Amino acid sequence: MISIKRRSIGDIIGDVIIYAIVTLLAVLMVIPFLYVIAASFAKESEIQTRPIFFIPDNPTLDAYKEVFNPRGMGPTVLRSLLISLGVTAVGTLINLFCTTTMAYGLSRPKLIGKKPLLNMVLLTMVFGGGMIPLFLVVKGLGMYDTYAALILPGAISAYNMLIVRNFFIELPKELEEAASIDGCTEIGIFAKIALPLSMPILATFGLFYAVGHWNNYFGALMYLNDSKKYPFQLVLRNLVMQTQDNSTSMDELPPEDTLKMAVIVIGTVPILCVYPFLQKHFAAGVMVGAVKG
Amino acid sequence: MAKAQKVKLSPEEKAEISRKRKAQLFRDRWVYLLLLPGFLYFIIFKIVPMWGILIAFKDYYPTSHFFGSGFTKNWIGLDNFINFLTDSSFWQLLRNTLIISGMNILFFFPLPIILALLLNEMKVQWYKKAAQTLVYVPHFVSMVVIASITFMLVKTPSSATQSGGALYEIVKKLTGKEMQALGGGWAIYWVLLIQNVWKETGWGTIIFLAALAGVDVEQYEAAIVDGANRFQQLIYITLPAITGTIVTMFILRMGSVLDTGFEQIILMQNTLNRQNSETFDTYVYQYGRVEGNYGYTTAISLFKSIISIICIQTANRLAKKAGQAGLF
Repeated sequence: MISIKRRSIGDIIGDVIIYAIVTLLAVLMVIPFLYVIAASFAKESEIQTRPIFFIPDNPTLDAYKEVFNPRGMGPTVLRSLLISLGVTAVGTLINLFCTTTMAYGLSRPKLIGKKPLLNMVLLTMVFGGGMIPLFLVVKGLGMYDTYAALILPGAISAYNMLIVRNFFIELPKELEEAASIDGCTEIGIFAKIALPLSMPILATFGLFYAVGHWNNYFGALMYLNDSKKYPFQLVLRNLVMQTQDNSTSMDELPPEDTLKMAVIVIGTVPILCVYPFLQKHFAAGVMVGAVKG
Repeated sequence: MAKAQKVKLSPEEKAEISRKRKAQLFRDRWVYLLLLPGFLYFIIFKIVPMWGILIAFKDYYPTSHFFGSGFTKNWIGLDNFINFLTDSSFWQLLRNTLIISGMNILFFFPLPIILALLLNEMKVQWYKKAAQTLVYVPHFVSMVVIASITFMLVKTPSSATQSGGALYEIVKKLTGKEMQALGGGWAIYWVLLIQNVWKETGWGTIIFLAALAGVDVEQYEAAIVDGANRFQQLIYITLPAITGTIVTMFILRMGSVLDTGFEQIILMQNTLNRQNSETFDTYVYQYGRVEGNYGYTTAISLFKSIISIICIQTANRLAKKAGQAGLF
């Protein structure tokens, strides 16, 4: 086939401009991360004298050694990392369980009470009780200052649940009919047919929920009081904010900048580890369905 | 179901229907069991708090009781609302919220559309993929990390011999000015805007790229045969194809005009910029959750919710008047 497209000078110039702008934007978006990573491996004196660099002159692991120093902040950092990991793991499992069971239930045709239930879910998407009433409910249930408060109030994202429901609705009916003739209950069909068929979408939402838990700051701010229970994001925040205006004790100097950089990197690395998997899924078109509703 | 009930039914027919319904309920018993956790979640954490909105009409503090003997006490009608609307801080909060939101609509909203159009023009697939991979990253990083990096970048030097953050130094070299990004004045608004641009521009392109992927390639081929250049293709094919998506996103944006990212602002707030950065959400957190004025701040939340619903309805109606599909 002969291409009818002839590239004019204008087209080529246009292309150059487009590629240049996109490249510049893409680089700008990751440069701050690169700088922070470089700075976390630098000596304190280098940060204080060189305004910006991407390869430290004398790379060192000092900052990371200090972060995990057993006689310094090590125990606090390790504990908060474990808490964050635990909340993320348990929270994501609960998210997936509640989201899929409800989505499957609501995907059944001719279910009495389905309409009002769906309407209730839609209502909560446009209107909510607000910060204080939810806080009072959480407190009233005795969940204040417990990890349950970080997990249960966000157990289901209505939006995600509705997408999973759409997915269940579109599963082939024949499989379910065959299974129910074989004597499978609805729970059996859900666990043995619907769930295995929707593994990719579950992996996607699992990852999204997990990232949400790892990144969550609001929940801990609202519902945790005991600083020993703080998840990593809160510890990170407090470390970075320790500056001259925080003079609790004279002998305790504010952490050095390299240290802060190292803690920021530690908070970001888990996200970067799952990022390739995340990207594979949302690129695969799941999110396209998501945003179209 | 509703139609069937309007028709006069004989007792036998009614009994038959109720028997069928019972059989249906029994047949679906396992489905109801599956629905139970989700149902409880929505009731406990979504519906009960809506009922809790009633404290907006009460003089309600941490020591008050909602149930039992306390329920009948301390009803004050609309006093909380009147107090708030006549308080000088109301105007301050409204001003700050509208500035932050307005700047986002004006400067941030078009960016994902433009970036999506640029990405859509890129024909070298691996390069496009690589660019997308990079621009999506900040979306997944926590707000705490974004805020922390911002602090490190705009930090002012703590002594004369030391240098400030990277951005501070660059601005100083270029303009000679000593930037106080987190101080008073309008600086904080620009910081919030730039953070938002950094974090969400890339991710925002996804929905527009999805819409662009749906455009029929034949339209472009026909246009090329007709001698349309690239710009004309953009104006006559590409833009009309994504107008619906743009309008939908705009309606949604208008509905959240009073939502200004609680985490982001609470993380960037300090005593110097509080006057300019305090918004409805942060005020409710500080004055309600921290200081215990539960009833009063719930009234603020409710007021905000109602305005939001009015905003989204208005935007939707305007979109329909302009000949667009609208949301509902």
